[in-house]
Amino acid sequence: MPKRQELERVLVIGSGPIIIGQAAEFDYSGTQALQAIREEGLQVILVNPNPATIMTDAQMADRTYLEPLTPEFVERIIAQERPQGLLPTLGGQIGLNLATQLSEAGVLQKYGVELIGTPLQAIRQAEDRGAFKELMRSIGEPVLESAIVTSVSEALSFAEQIGFPVIVRPAYTLGGTGGGFARNAKELAEIVNRALKLSPIGQCLIEQSVFGWKEIEYEVLRDSAGNAIAVCNMENIDPVGVHTGDSIVVAPSQTLTDREYQMLRSSALKIIHALGIQGGCNVQFALNPRSRDYVVIEVNPRVSRSSALASKATGYPIAKIAAKIAIGLTLDEIKNPVTGTTYAAFEPALDYVAVKIPRFPFEKFSGISRTLGTQMQATGEVMAIDRTFPGALQKAIRSLEIGRDGLRHPDIQKAPDKALEQKIATPNDERLFAIAEALRRGWEWKVISQLSHIDKFFIQEIGQIVEMERRLAQAGYDGLTRSLLREAKRLGFSDATIGQLVGKDALAIRRLRKSLDVRPVYKMVDTCAAEFEATTPYYYSAYDGENEAKPPLGPKAIVLGSGPIRIGQGIEFDYSAVHAAWALREEGIQSVMINNNPETVSTDFNTSDRLYFEPLTVEDVLNVIEQEGGEWTDKHDIAGVVAQFGGQTAIHLSGPLAKAGVPLLGTPVEEVDRGEDREKFDKLLAELGISRPPGGAAVTVDEAVRIADRIGYPVLVRPSYVLGGRAMEIVYREEELRAYMATAVEVSETRPVLVDKYLPGKEIEVDAVSDGRQVLIGGILEHIERAGVHSGDSIAVYPATDVHREIREQVLDYTTRLALALSVKGLINVQYVVHGGKVYVLEVNPRASRTVPFLAKAAGIPLAHMATRIAVGRTLEELGYRPGPGSPVVRHQVNLPSGQRIEGYGWIWPEPNRVSVKVPVFSWQKLGGVDVTLSPEMKSTGEVMGTDRDVARALYKALLAAGYRVPRKGTALISVAEHDQDEILPLAAALSALGFRILASGAAAKALEAVKIPHTPIHTISEGSPRILDLLRNGDIHLVISTLARHDRGEDPDGFLIRRTAVEHNVLCLVNLDTARAVVQMLETISQETPLDVSALQDWHSPVSQV
Amino acid sequence: MKGYLVLEDGTVFQGEAFGAPRGNVGEVVFNTSMTGYQEILTDPSYAGQIVVMTYPLVGNYGINPEDFESRQPFVRGFVVKELCMDPSHWQANQTLSEYLAQNEIPGLYGIDTRALTRHLRVKGTLRGVLATANEGPAEADQELGEGGGLLALDGQWRIPHLPPSLRRWLAELQHQAQAFVLSRPVLEVTTPTAYHLEPEDGRRRKPRVVVVDFGVKRNILRIMTDLGYPVTVVPATATAEEILALEPAGVLLSNGPGDPQDVREGVATARTLMEAGVPLFGICLGQQIIGLALGGKSIKLKFGHRGANHPVKDCLTGRIYITSHNHGYALEESSLPPEVVVTHRSLNDHTVEGIMHTQRPIWSVQYHPEASPGPQESRYLLERFLTELDRKK
Repeated sequence: MPKRQELERVLVIGSGPIIIGQAAEFDYSGTQALQAIREEGLQVILVNPNPATIMTDAQMADRTYLEPLTPEFVERIIAQERPQGLLPTLGGQIGLNLATQLSEAGVLQKYGVELIGTPLQAIRQAEDRGAFKELMRSIGEPVLESAIVTSVSEALSFAEQIGFPVIVRPAYTLGGTGGGFARNAKELAEIVNRALKLSPIGQCLIEQSVFGWKEIEYEVLRDSAGNAIAVCNMENIDPVGVHTGDSIVVAPSQTLTDREYQMLRSSALKIIHALGIQGGCNVQFALNPRSRDYVVIEVNPRVSRSSALASKATGYPIAKIAAKIAIGLTLDEIKNPVTGTTYAAFEPALDYVAVKIPRFPFEKFSGISRTLGTQMQATGEVMAIDRTFPGALQKAIRSLEIGRDGLRHPDIQKAPDKALEQKIATPNDERLFAIAEALRRGWEWKVISQLSHIDKFFIQEIGQIVEMERRLAQAGYDGLTRSLLREAKRLGFSDATIGQLVGKDALAIRRLRKSLDVRPVYKMVDTCAAEFEATTPYYYSAYDGENEAKPPLGPKAIVLGSGPIRIGQGIEFDYSAVHAAWALREEGIQSVMINNNPETVSTDFNTSDRLYFEPLTVEDVLNVIEQEGGEWTDKHDIAGVVAQFGGQTAIHLSGPLAKAGVPLLGTPVEEVDRGEDREKFDKLLAELGISRPPGGAAVTVDEAVRIADRIGYPVLVRPSYVLGGRAMEIVYREEELRAYMATAVEVSETRPVLVDKYLPGKEIEVDAVSDGRQVLIGGILEHIERAGVHSGDSIAVYPATDVHREIREQVLDYTTRLALALSVKGLINVQYVVHGGKVYVLEVNPRASRTVPFLAKAAGIPLAHMATRIAVGRTLEELGYRPGPGSPVVRHQVNLPSGQRIEGYGWIWPEPNRVSVKVPVFSWQKLGGVDVTLSPEMKSTGEVMGTDRDVARALYKALLAAGYRVPRKGTALISVAEHDQDEILPLAAALSALGFRILASGAAAKALEAVKIPHTPIHTISEGSPRILDLLRNGDIHLVISTLARHDRGEDPDGFLIRRTAVEHNVLCLVNLDTARAVVQMLETISQETPLDVSALQDWHSPVSQV
Repeated sequence: MKGYLVLEDGTVFQGEAFGAPRGNVGEVVFNTSMTGYQEILTDPSYAGQIVVMTYPLVGNYGINPEDFESRQPFVRGFVVKELCMDPSHWQANQTLSEYLAQNEIPGLYGIDTRALTRHLRVKGTLRGVLATANEGPAEADQELGEGGGLLALDGQWRIPHLPPSLRRWLAELQHQAQAFVLSRPVLEVTTPTAYHLEPEDGRRRKPRVVVVDFGVKRNILRIMTDLGYPVTVVPATATAEEILALEPAGVLLSNGPGDPQDVREGVATARTLMEAGVPLFGICLGQQIIGLALGGKSIKLKFGHRGANHPVKDCLTGRIYITSHNHGYALEESSLPPEVVVTHRSLNDHTVEGIMHTQRPIWSVQYHPEASPGPQESRYLLERFLTELDRKK
């Protein structure tokens, strides 16, 4: 069937901000879909307020709307753009829910928009538990015993009937938000109560538990002609009971006979035929490990995290094909993009194993439980490919960047047997290491399998690794023969681990290995197990026979990706890496991407000239460099490595790579170090006459205390060399400082702790690009929250509206001098605080920052792209950038460490009239037990932007885009710390004037009483009344302002409960007074009648500021 | 113990021997199925062949009593990358290695099967010899330490210092490979005597089907009896008269090994049955025999179709099916008489995958509606044939 001729314009809904359960995979699938649709000659209109994505770049769609994903805004976009079709299945659950709402509200009908791809009816049938069960019954597919309940009492009586344990799944929520596993009536009541509130339709499902069964997934595709294929099946190593997003997953399945494989495949296909899917779909099964019994657990009628994983695991681009299907093409008409000669109608044959391991945010939250369950908690994941299971597993572990090279884990190796048993029996993120340790201690696989329900096969494979550890340790360095090394490498051992086992460092093992000619080869991911010739430049390493990767001659550059998505290092860095690869191509340099994140655009094999799916460690990266034309082939045509876009991952690699003789493109390594090293940096600032908050670097506890005494409390403490403010805190007293030094960080000569005076002023952030002579400031961003809140968690405004001219000039001046002095060739991000009218430098990062993609949209300046071209030798002038007639320019001469004196100039990119606001998005709902507070440690998982004529409108849009319910009136609860009483009064007065009813607790009530602001006092929990929480749960409170009692870290139980309850019930909860002030001002400025326009990114900057 | 695979073109792999500690010679073919090694081993169509699995982890679920496709394995040898020694499955009662040893079949693991597959893809199917170190000189059992065991490619040695005795022995094995001729493998696999299979009691009796056993897979028989059809399986050498004497409602010409042109009696039998007007259904070799009987020609494919992921287009409906393949030969489309319609084609290389006769009740497919291993979605073909028999009766 050819593509549908009546479709000319298609609206695609993106998935919005990155949150746990809905992450970078939707940028990957969305980007693929946009390309696939445009390839067929259609125009695409995109709506997605997430600026950190490739899909929202101006060139990706014909019209791009960074507007809130609400029915009202999307309706406005539809009215303006008049698409004929709407594709809802690529924007995750958000996209589906929005499409459903638009359809139900009659919007689609009103504007003659047709939902394309999977019909709405199918989506409803798959998503609505009751309808789905009905359908499964009618086609004879087994489902779990279950009942839909709308009250706690119904849940309890059903559970009594089928017996505990049971699983609770709320209807229509993301990644199973609010679900849980209940072993008894008390747990059940608790979970159901929460789940009912989170479900937009107030429904949840109580389900018989198949805990411990094998969890198997199939990714299936079906076209409008009824052709259907199973692209991939996957086996969760963690059996049923752990959310598949939190499970270690292997593709293809390893423990299923063909009979079982085909039984489930047939079932999956039967289901998509019955649903009438037109596109991609994920079907999850539970399979009894001791019989052929199975049940269908869940069906997702759209592309998903699993389909992104399956795409990378097989090479089959599911989202791209799904998009082509949606516009009418059939599987036998679409070419297999991998072979170029066969068609999309086939099932990939793998000749390797792909292992995915999730990455968890637990290290960011002290005291959080590491137990895994049916609610997803991972922020990201890694995948590794190899020809053996242990090989893929160990590569995946190294890719996680959790400080582990393999299965050895010092803490777990010290654990007593009892604790180890617990670690194996309860699913958690360290279970893998615990299993390895149990095997080291000689535990039988049977015991481990009984405790964990993990299949014997996987335990035995881990056993191979443990056995090799033993052999290596026994052999010692002198006993490392060629065949033993080869064997160890086949099982995925890193040089570092081998070194630890034989008492040498990784480089010594590398040298030995190379002298014995034990090197990896690279195999292609070709979808067909070598049956057909393929052209895809997608490779993985293996210690096997034949090397297939034959890089062509010509200049090449390696782009280091940023590994798994984690808090502090998110999709923004992948965004920049993708741009780096593209820019290199434009410069005629072959781009070679190394990364291990299966969710992202950077690991799409179309993004770079060659993709190596590898861990980002020195060993693995050096191997690729040698493969691509280093010493191995004796072709020295590697231009170098681009490290400034891969976040901290790449920065950590640059030193060792430079030491190994690898040229680094862009800012020299020593200069990067000069920006990060406290002493060197202080010296530089002194030379340049730039101030920073007083402080110092401490390598002992006493030294830290001495520094703090000298500069005075409060102080900001943090380890050096971190991203995302890991372990960064403000401390107010010596005891706190000592406690921090003792527990929060490891301090050593090489890893000092920085102690700085905390200056609570306005924070300003700058992203600039420099070629060493010209410094172009892409934008000056103003943070709403004063310093002390991590910049990634702050609301940022561009252009800065509340920064005086003198301050701007000073920022331009400082940034120019810093960039010139650090010989920056590429990007530099500088954070400033304005305190007492003076500008201080907080931090300088000579690399891509989190705000690069935001500025690309808000200012229309392609910073990452420019920086890459500069890194390979271009100047800004060559790229066409020079100050316009009206731009103020500063000129400076600086001394370089070499003694050379250079002159350069700086200027600021012209600022647009429209204001853009970046709002962070948190995944509080997913992280139970974590207090909802802001601090110097970053906690947000994603971001959105809003753009309009003024700050109030832009902020309002951004808050809506972030998913907050912004009340115009109603009840506001004020419960703030003692020391915030004064600041809260004007806000309370303003809210009252706006018509809000004010509930105030404790000290806040007294303060309001004193100045006669109308309010209703309310008891807090510790005052004996839980009513406050009931009001929140019942939706009687619409806005909460609650700040953390500052001096009682971890001892604010009332505030904790109020804030948790508020976010769990999606009540707007403001935990910082600066945020609250901005929101109140916003409410004062805009009213119900304020018109909010929608406008496309393509109209924002053209043509004036586009170069 | 070390094992070797030596191809006729001088490609040599060293790996670890498993299964039976003996040598064997055969045609080396690869299969891309990710599951189903037990079914593949016992599919008689692989008689005379050394099978290489492209999926690298084999043996994970062991061998179970249920998934045999014939009375014994007929492969000449089995080559895998990683061998699972300690399988995990509730049905497993044997390891893969034990099973092969018990059936006198040599195996080889630990070699770069992808390199071997790529080689076969480029050069086409090659003959080869599997040998174990104990058959060779003393040096044969030493680890030569090459990654993936690739010692020589296309006669080019990758090991500079190979002991002369070992080199001589390997050259001898290469000659053995070159001398190999697969001679009428159907006779090796077919049933020696006819036998009857009755559907389980309680099912409505359907008309009898005769299956000519050129190497029939059990699942073909299982599907028919499960649907209520009594089946008589006759040897490949059965004459048309013997078959007609059984008064079959229809005759199924089964899958089987080797070159269809070697199955001359089978072709003659098929022709007689056609003339007698008996409804015929051919699977795999059965299709080729039907094609030959109708006056068409068969050709040998470069490296064949072996796997569970082959897209086939039903030319009558336009629908695509993912199908299970195991064929090294195919019918040449241009050789088919005008009264034959091509009903199914490979989407990948347009090979004829199914035909029907426009005037006579004759249908056939080149692939496996019985699956085992592979996708089950083509079972409808068998069901359609059987329904046809119901109508005729």
